[in-house]
This record gives sequence, C-alpha cells and structure tokens, in this order.
Amino acid sequence: MDDHLILRVGAKILIPFILIFALYVQFHGDYGPGGGFQAGVIFAAGFVLYALVFGLGPTKRVLPPKVAYVCGALGVVIFAGVGFATVALGGNYLDYDVLAHEPAEGQHLGILGVELGVLVTVFGVMVALFYAFAARRRIDS
Amino acid sequence: MIEVVDVALLVLLAVTGVAIIRMRNLFGAVMLAGIYSLLSAGLFVVMDAVDVAFTEAAVGAGISTVLMLGTLALVGHEERTPQHRPVLPLFVVLVTGGILVYGTFDIPPFGDPDNPIHHHVADHYLEESEHEIHIPNVVTSVLASYRGYDTMGETAVIFTAMVGVLLLLARGPLPRRVLHEGRWITVRPGTTREELEAELEEETAGAPPDEAADGSGREGARG
Repeated sequence: MDDHLILRVGAKILIPFILIFALYVQFHGDYGPGGGFQAGVIFAAGFVLYALVFGLGPTKRVLPPKVAYVCGALGVVIFAGVGFATVALGGNYLDYDVLAHEPAEGQHLGILGVELGVLVTVFGVMVALFYAFAARRRIDS
Repeated sequence: MIEVVDVALLVLLAVTGVAIIRMRNLFGAVMLAGIYSLLSAGLFVVMDAVDVAFTEAAVGAGISTVLMLGTLALVGHEERTPQHRPVLPLFVVLVTGGILVYGTFDIPPFGDPDNPIHHHVADHYLEESEHEIHIPNVVTSVLASYRGYDTMGETAVIFTAMVGVLLLLARGPLPRRVLHEGRWITVRPGTTREELEAELEEETAGAPPDEAADGSGREGARG
C-alpha cells in the first residue's frame, strides 16, 4: 500500500480520533450508551485500521502480539481482582458498596474497575484474533 | 413516521439477506453481511436499544467484516457451485422455520408493557438503580453491577475465544524434538527426511566451526 497516499494520510489523521473516541465511549458509559465492550472493539479497530493501511509488520512493532495476549488475560484478572478486593474489604464478591466510604462512591469505583477489565480483555482479544487471521498464508497455492 | 423507518429498515434487511444467499462472489457477500449488521444496528436504535446497536455496529459491521476479509484472503473470492441438489437442506430449513414460527404463537405480544419480561426484575432496576448505583445509564448499572457475575463470565468467554483461536491458528506446526543416534535434535516443521539427513551429514562432515555456528543461528531465527 505504499502508493495509496490519500489512504495513508487519511488513516493517520483518523487513528488518534478513533482511539480518543474509544476512551470517550469507555468513560462516558455511565451516562450514555457505551462501555467496556464497545470501547475495547473501537480501540482495537484503530490498530486494525493501521494494520490494513501500513501492513502487519509495522503494527506488530507498535503492538507486539505478546502484549495483545497479555491484555486478553489481564482484563479477566482485573475484573476478578475487583471481586476479590470487595471480599477482602468484607463484602460479597463483586459487591462494590464496600470499596469506598459511601456505597455510591464504591459503586462508581467498582464499575470503573470492571469496565476497565472488560476494555482490556476485549481490546487484547480483538487484536489477537486479527493478528491470528491476518498472519496466515494461503496453503493451497 | 417511525413505522416508515421500521418498514424501510426491515425491507432492506430482507433484500440484503436474499442478496447474500444468491451471491457467489464471497467478497460481495462479506460486504453485504457488514451492511446487514449496520441495518440491524439501525433497527436496534429505532427500538431504543442504543447500547446493543453500538455493539452490533462495532463488532458486526466492523471487526467481523475485517476478520471475514482476512479469511477470504486465504480461501479465495469465489464460491464453488455446490455438487449436490439442495432438496434436503431446503426441507430441513423449512421444517425448522415452521417450528420456530409455530413457537412464536405462544410468546407475548410484541412491545406490550404488561409482558412478564418487563415485570420480573426490570421494575426494580428502572426505579431503584438511580438510588442504589447512582449512575444514569441503567444498562451500565445492570451490566456492571446487578449482573456483575454474568459480565465476568462474558469476559472469560471472550478470553477463552482468544485461547481457542490462538491454539488453532496462531502457532502453526511447532518444531519437534527427535532422538537421532543417541542425541536429541530439533527438527523444523516441513523438513523432509532427506533434507534432515543431508543437514546432519553436513554437520558431522566437519564443516568449519564458524560456519556451523552461523548456520545454527539462522535455523534458530527461522524456527
């Protein structure tokens, strides 16, 4: 894709906005549509766009597959970790009320935590799946 | 007015569905599948399910399409004409469809506010979540707090999907360790027996140590 100047410049302009929009979707999920799932997919879409325009090699230098794999697992750990934190503070598993002095504050913190876990897992998995599919070569020809 | 939008979206959905079935060019079919997802997302917006619409647009129309295109790069763009006649599949589809339509006679009327689904826990969520969770978006309250266990399960499912795909696709054949004349050697995948023997021959024939070290280094990089 070396000669597609418009695509390259267009993608370069778009990608930062895609990533920022993903973060907006993530942190605005309490007030409007959105949340970890959507934000994770959109964040991954930014990297997929980069890979489609600039190739798989440069993308893997920006975001090595290992990082994506670790993200995929780390998010589940964050989610489950919030649950264990609530248990350690004397509540039930994933009962966020105990995370802060006020139950309302605790709910905010807990939801922020688990949504972060969802974001990290979905982002990692989407990028890992894309790498797995895109890195295959045709076998029969 | 909203009925016009509904009908237009549903007609376009049906047209897209039929077009996907009739199309032999897989590239076009994948693009139409993306459009199908986008139309469904529009339909979800009309039904006020904006969170679902968001997910459908991002996953269905976005990432899935890219993954399908990645698959097409491997399998080619044209669907082969099937060898068999589609009588049995048609029969199975008609029977299954008939059973499903028969099943819909028993479900409560669409959009009726008195349906049981709207009065099991939904009332509590809608009325109390503002005081219990203190965030305006009830969908997020249900997803992340009331139904936190389910969402954790979903996250684990997504992680499991990654593990499955990586096990199947990402690594390719691994190098094997085989016992050869009393010592273990590493064999790259795809090496034939003759190639391997020639390689070992070369190694034992007393090649200059520098060159041998060079060769093994390159092998390591390739493996």
